[in-house]
Amino acid sequence: MAGALLEVDGLTKRFGGFMALNRVTIHVNPGERFGLIGPNGSGKTTLINCVSGSLPADGGRIVFEGHDITSMPAHRRTRLGIVRSFQIPKPFRSMTVLENLGIPLENAAHGRAAEGAGAMEILGTIGLASKAHLRPAGLTQIEMRKLELARAMAARPKLLISDEAMAGLSSAEVDDILTILFRLSAQGITIIMIEHIMRAVMRFSERIVVLDAGERIAEGTPDEIGRNPAVEKAYLGE
Amino acid sequence: MRHTAGTLLVGLAVVAAGIAVAMLRVNPYLYFAGYVILQYVVIATAWNILGGYGGYVNFGTPAFFALGAYTAVVLIQWIRAPLPVLLLAGGLVSALLGLGIGYLTLRLRGVFFSIATLALSIVLQTMIMNWDYVGGSRGLSVLRPSGPPFGNYVVFLFTVMVALAVGAVTVARFIERSWIGRGLSALRDNEEAAECMGVPTLRLKLFATTVSGFLLGVAGAPFPYYVTFVEPNSAFAIDYAVNALAMPMIGGTTSWIGPVIGAVLLGSAQQLATVTISSEMNLFIVGVVLVAFVVLAPEGILGLVRRLRGR
Repeated sequence: MAGALLEVDGLTKRFGGFMALNRVTIHVNPGERFGLIGPNGSGKTTLINCVSGSLPADGGRIVFEGHDITSMPAHRRTRLGIVRSFQIPKPFRSMTVLENLGIPLENAAHGRAAEGAGAMEILGTIGLASKAHLRPAGLTQIEMRKLELARAMAARPKLLISDEAMAGLSSAEVDDILTILFRLSAQGITIIMIEHIMRAVMRFSERIVVLDAGERIAEGTPDEIGRNPAVEKAYLGE
Repeated sequence: MRHTAGTLLVGLAVVAAGIAVAMLRVNPYLYFAGYVILQYVVIATAWNILGGYGGYVNFGTPAFFALGAYTAVVLIQWIRAPLPVLLLAGGLVSALLGLGIGYLTLRLRGVFFSIATLALSIVLQTMIMNWDYVGGSRGLSVLRPSGPPFGNYVVFLFTVMVALAVGAVTVARFIERSWIGRGLSALRDNEEAAECMGVPTLRLKLFATTVSGFLLGVAGAPFPYYVTFVEPNSAFAIDYAVNALAMPMIGGTTSWIGPVIGAVLLGSAQQLATVTISSEMNLFIVGVVLVAFVVLAPEGILGLVRRLRGR
């Protein structure tokens, strides 16, 4: 597909004898809100780890904006514009919230720092400005998730991968995070959302790919996915 | 810029003070003891660049220190190289070893890295013990060059160590306040997150292990002239491993001043104990103080001060 921002082609990842990803192909278009779903253990996070560079792929190709990044180290992918948040928040605990944002600003965004917002501005849009000088230990669960997103934003992503940013949050908090993600999308950032909360993914995504046991089993609009019998089977069994 | 000039001035002032003290010609033992304390300032500072800033605990300090010392021994035996050459060569060889353990961090993290560095020290000591050219396990006597400045070689080495300590601390302070130091703290807090936020973690780790190794080697290079008799058990003494870790932990690992405070306090206490009680008391004191700090003040004296100030 020409013009895709991210092309994952026949990606394969094995852990010993376990096939975590079996020739998975996905394309994400510029500006798209893309949903990635699947039951537990279906390979969503493994796919994200391979795309962001945390894990080396065993086969296949990953292309971002026309560059083959399959064997590029993670920090260079971040500098190209692929930025992820973590499912379990991984803040820099010895630093304040503001200093946490300083790391990507200094290391990933340097060339692009002039454009766009500084750390305080990002904290403002995400609603953490009043916590700027606290350490992560003093934050609540939802603030921790927001810090993950804020820190990712500070790296000036072109493609933001949000790995279960809403797991374990209350319904009002889920809406809170969704609002933030919609706003980022409106700024032109392409977003891949990995989520178990169906209400959120279905509302957010323009297109959804479903993984099951390391294979891609369906792709379509939220409506099509909701009606797809294979997806129902993967989630609920027969 | 004004900051750098200020740092330089303070550094030069300390070196000048060191030379002034050398000209005072007080009790020779004081220079002898002062050398050891300053040597620990260098060692603790060097250790802290990797262990404190980067969070990689190196138990192999004796390997780097002794490699610096034995590089000097080889060069003295071979061409009677002058002291500046010994310092540089000792530093470079240990820096290479540092670069090597830097690549270990690709696969070994946390306690496994520490165990590997400890093993490294033992392997290196065994090799030196079986190398006759540098005296093997029996050791080797080294003749000091004649006609040193200040009329006494230990006094001269004392001033050299003052300059090395100032140099090491300046390097550590520079690293701490640059993007390198901030990147190292990020990878200490969470290496995966740091890498995903654009921090070139491997490059920073290699930088830290190499610089740390260099400074440890430099600290060891004058050792042969200081003791005049080098043998593996003293060059690879466990004291270096324990002190290198205890001093920054007691002073505080997050800032360049922490290892300096720790080295001066603990180093002085050890020298005092050696004279007044017994030389065996050294490590006992370190052990007790370290346990007390780990339990009561895990962030060292710096952390205590910060807490007392109510921050």
